[in-house]
Amino acid sequence: MSTKSKINDFVIRFANVNGTGSASANFLFTKAIFRMGIPVTPKNIFPSNIQGLPTWYEVRVNEKGYLGRREGIDLMVAVNPQSMLKDVQDVRSGGYFMYDSSKVLHKEYIREDITYLGIPLMQMCNEAYTDARQRQLFKNIIYVGALAALFNIEFSVLEELLAEQFKGKEKLIPANVKALKLGVDYVHANFKYPLEFRVERRDLVKGKIMMEGNAACGLGAVYAGATVAAWYPITPSTSVVEAFMDYSDEFRTDKITGKRNVAIVQAEDELAAIGMVIGANWNGARSFTATSGPGVSLMNEFLGLAYFAEIPTVLVDVQRTGPSTGMPTRTQQSDIMEAAYASHGDTKHVLLFPSTPKECFDSMLDAFDLSEGLQTPVIVMTDLDLGMNDHVSPELTFDDKREYKRGKVLDAAALEKIEKFGRYLDVDKDGITYRTIPATHPTKGSFFTRGTSRDEYATYTEDSGAYQRNMDRLVRKWDTAKKMVPAPQVYQKKNESKTGILFFGTSQYAAEEAMDILKADKIIVDAIRLKSFPFTKEVVDFINTHDKVFVIEQNRDAQMRSLLMIEMDADPKKLISVLNYDGMPITADRILNQIKTNLSAKGTAKAVSVKPAASKAAPKKIAPKKKVVAKKKAVKKVAPKKKAAPKKKIAAKKKVVKKVAAKKKVVKKVVAKKKTAPKKVSKKKAVAKKKVVAKKSNNKKAAKKKR
Amino acid sequence: MTYVRPKFRHPELPKNKLGYSVDYYEGALSTLCAGCGHDSISAGIIQAAYEMNIEPHKLAKLSGIGCSSKTPAYFLSNSHGFNSVHGRMPSVATGANLANKDLIYFGVSGDGDTASIGMGQFVHAIRRGLNMTYIVMNNGCYGLTKGQDSATADQGSKNKSGNVNLFESIDLASLAIELGATFVAQSFSGDKSQLVPLIKAAMNHPGFAFINVISPCVTFNNNMGSTKSYDYVRQHVEATATVDFVPQMKEISVEYGKGSHKEVVMHDGSVIQLHKLSEDWDPLNRQSAMNAVLNAKAKNEILTGLLYVNPDAHDLHYMIQTTDVPLNTLGKEVLCPGSEMLAEINAGLK
Repeated sequence: MSTKSKINDFVIRFANVNGTGSASANFLFTKAIFRMGIPVTPKNIFPSNIQGLPTWYEVRVNEKGYLGRREGIDLMVAVNPQSMLKDVQDVRSGGYFMYDSSKVLHKEYIREDITYLGIPLMQMCNEAYTDARQRQLFKNIIYVGALAALFNIEFSVLEELLAEQFKGKEKLIPANVKALKLGVDYVHANFKYPLEFRVERRDLVKGKIMMEGNAACGLGAVYAGATVAAWYPITPSTSVVEAFMDYSDEFRTDKITGKRNVAIVQAEDELAAIGMVIGANWNGARSFTATSGPGVSLMNEFLGLAYFAEIPTVLVDVQRTGPSTGMPTRTQQSDIMEAAYASHGDTKHVLLFPSTPKECFDSMLDAFDLSEGLQTPVIVMTDLDLGMNDHVSPELTFDDKREYKRGKVLDAAALEKIEKFGRYLDVDKDGITYRTIPATHPTKGSFFTRGTSRDEYATYTEDSGAYQRNMDRLVRKWDTAKKMVPAPQVYQKKNESKTGILFFGTSQYAAEEAMDILKADKIIVDAIRLKSFPFTKEVVDFINTHDKVFVIEQNRDAQMRSLLMIEMDADPKKLISVLNYDGMPITADRILNQIKTNLSAKGTAKAVSVKPAASKAAPKKIAPKKKVVAKKKAVKKVAPKKKAAPKKKIAAKKKVVKKVAAKKKVVKKVVAKKKTAPKKVSKKKAVAKKKVVAKKSNNKKAAKKKR
Repeated sequence: MTYVRPKFRHPELPKNKLGYSVDYYEGALSTLCAGCGHDSISAGIIQAAYEMNIEPHKLAKLSGIGCSSKTPAYFLSNSHGFNSVHGRMPSVATGANLANKDLIYFGVSGDGDTASIGMGQFVHAIRRGLNMTYIVMNNGCYGLTKGQDSATADQGSKNKSGNVNLFESIDLASLAIELGATFVAQSFSGDKSQLVPLIKAAMNHPGFAFINVISPCVTFNNNMGSTKSYDYVRQHVEATATVDFVPQMKEISVEYGKGSHKEVVMHDGSVIQLHKLSEDWDPLNRQSAMNAVLNAKAKNEILTGLLYVNPDAHDLHYMIQTTDVPLNTLGKEVLCPGSEMLAEINAGLK
């Protein structure tokens, strides 16, 4: 990346110890920059631990609005001795290293090509505060003050944020301001400031909010009219339901009687969670659950039931790094195949791929309409990056004229007019049949819901003809779904190139940046961002009208590419994988490297899949990484996956294995999961609602911590 | 298995308060083996629903997988039914109940479906005090896969192929009492006069009502040496009391033998009449009930009848304070905070 402009363009990383109150201080820093009108992207890189392990918080400031992660740390705030050696190495050449100079820095931490900013944080705290907890907490605030001076962050903005944060607890403000000032004063007295990396006020985030995807999903479920939520705690999805709870406290609770227009149940496991969701939807309430990959594995059987018995079901899958327990606190897009074909037999499910908090919110509204419209499960595929990090997003919007589309549900009056109700009778020839909710009519409309084969009137049958008619109708319904799901975002009105890039979800940020950089290098590519599965006509057209399409995704096995091949019969040769699967959000560099390597590999007309730099740790070498790991060009042939491989083979095979494993592991996994609750979850983080209520105590994370 | 059921019914079959005769509560023709205990239980359910004047469409019947879980097709054909997946009926029932608190939820399960694959969901439904009737048709074996031992097969019991069960059995009734079920009963499929009032009382109970019904498998577990055969159960049944259930203070109409007499008045005014046969047992006391079950077990007896009831039961809705009307009746106007509120939320995220 170019470092020419250092105004509003840099990356800072905070190296902290989990559970020391750093999150709120770091968020204060981020929010201040956002308040100054500058686009900013924070990422939590946190351990599966509640207290004691290293945790990092990385903030990219970028006035061009590139919100993806960027490699190369310009300034490291290192307050964790445990990780300090690595932290020193991670700073890019010419960058800065801020550390607690209460103790002398050992020479193994000394590099010639970076600048050291030693601040005796511990010493200052010990002098200024007597309370042990305050000494720990204010260390964080002092470095925020120091950074404010170094980066030229307006002090009044910090004060304003503190005032909002401690609304109602005003007596806490002076101590915080004092800590900030300690940091500022120390910089003024000891360093040249501001740095060349610095911020300048802009007006670039008008109409933007800063929010986590999980909170947006939870709020979306409230707006979508969900009344029953069942869930089982699992990182990184827990805060979806926690947000739903908090918003429900606000919007669904009678202030006088305490009675609630919502039922939220913490289930005994994911199986029960999805079972409850299916039961509630079957009985006419909008209901959802949220989980992550391991939970989806457990929910497979029930998802098959919902597909086959045709019961609306909404599931949010906040993907994390698999397989198995994987890296529970790192991000990935690796549940694509798992979700698309969850369960045994011929099944497929509607997927939505939001990429911003606003789209998370919208996806929930859409998911319920689609799920009830199609009477089938809809899975909202987010990931840890989107779900648990704050994102600059367009404001949330809701059209008050938008009604809940409940789908083909017959009421008593409609049943009266029908001679004989056939639950699975394809009256409209679109594959979607009419359903009834229990207790609608005394004598008409009752039927037996079952996972076994049945005829059009829901009567059990083992008749081959009836079974096959039903399976074919479900395909007809799938075709109808293609016309109902959100269309992809196609970036060019008309094709400008024979080469395209295709991406979805949180890869959007880095992909758009990569596209611009390619353009600057005179490499023009067309782009499409998927928003749903099944694939709509636009996706088919895009692939058909390009000779080469780079499929950008964050998993090892190029799952979306497989899905494109399976579902569209797309030529494997023209689908080139661009992958990222180290658990960190994908970067533009990562994408560029792989695309450029492929494009420069002239003469290799064959399908070429370029492996990404194996470990991201490698490029940590100090030099800016322009000329990337070309040696990795290990041009791996894509086993031309037997072109017309019977649809599900690949997926199915994998699933069998997974499932067996999952089944055996249930007990263990539960235990494991308990252990993995990350700091944020336990901290019961930031749900925006609180902000609304307490009229914007904005910097809530901080608020929580300081109390 | 009966292939033909005559459509003819006596024209003057007595009608209940709603004007329905008992045949209105029947279902599809059973496909279970002739003599299956489960069919007797289905008949008991039909009788109970008829006597309770239940509107069939106001009842939802749910089940898992197995012979027992097929039975909801064989009663109350005007009720919505849900034959879910193996061992998972409790979660589906929980969701359904949360969506609409006004229906009667009637779950049917088997010993495999409940005591093995579904144990997790069973115990948690009890913990939550889900307002439902949960019947286990308990035959100690897996009928649909041809007679393997289940987790309720007694230690030492011999199955049809001569294998002796090595493992301790799971006693569902005492488990239910321990976990806090507020209505626990045990019965025998061959004792309709006991079963019907128990089902009636269970359906009326405002919390989790559990009935463990020993229901012999005529095909795979009715042999000599089995402790779940008709003969064995008949010889070892020990009733706690004769039971009658009187909805809403109707006139009492049960015959009593000798022994003490107890009336349990439920919150809605209905009464469970118990004519106790066993002296050292108090159905309102959990510990006493537990002792009674364990003592009987020690004597190789199967204690039947109402074992435990707590008339002050509260259900899940009460605990999580859901609103008075069914959640599935609420519309957008009630549920959606609207765009103005959203603007305020946006403002808080700036």
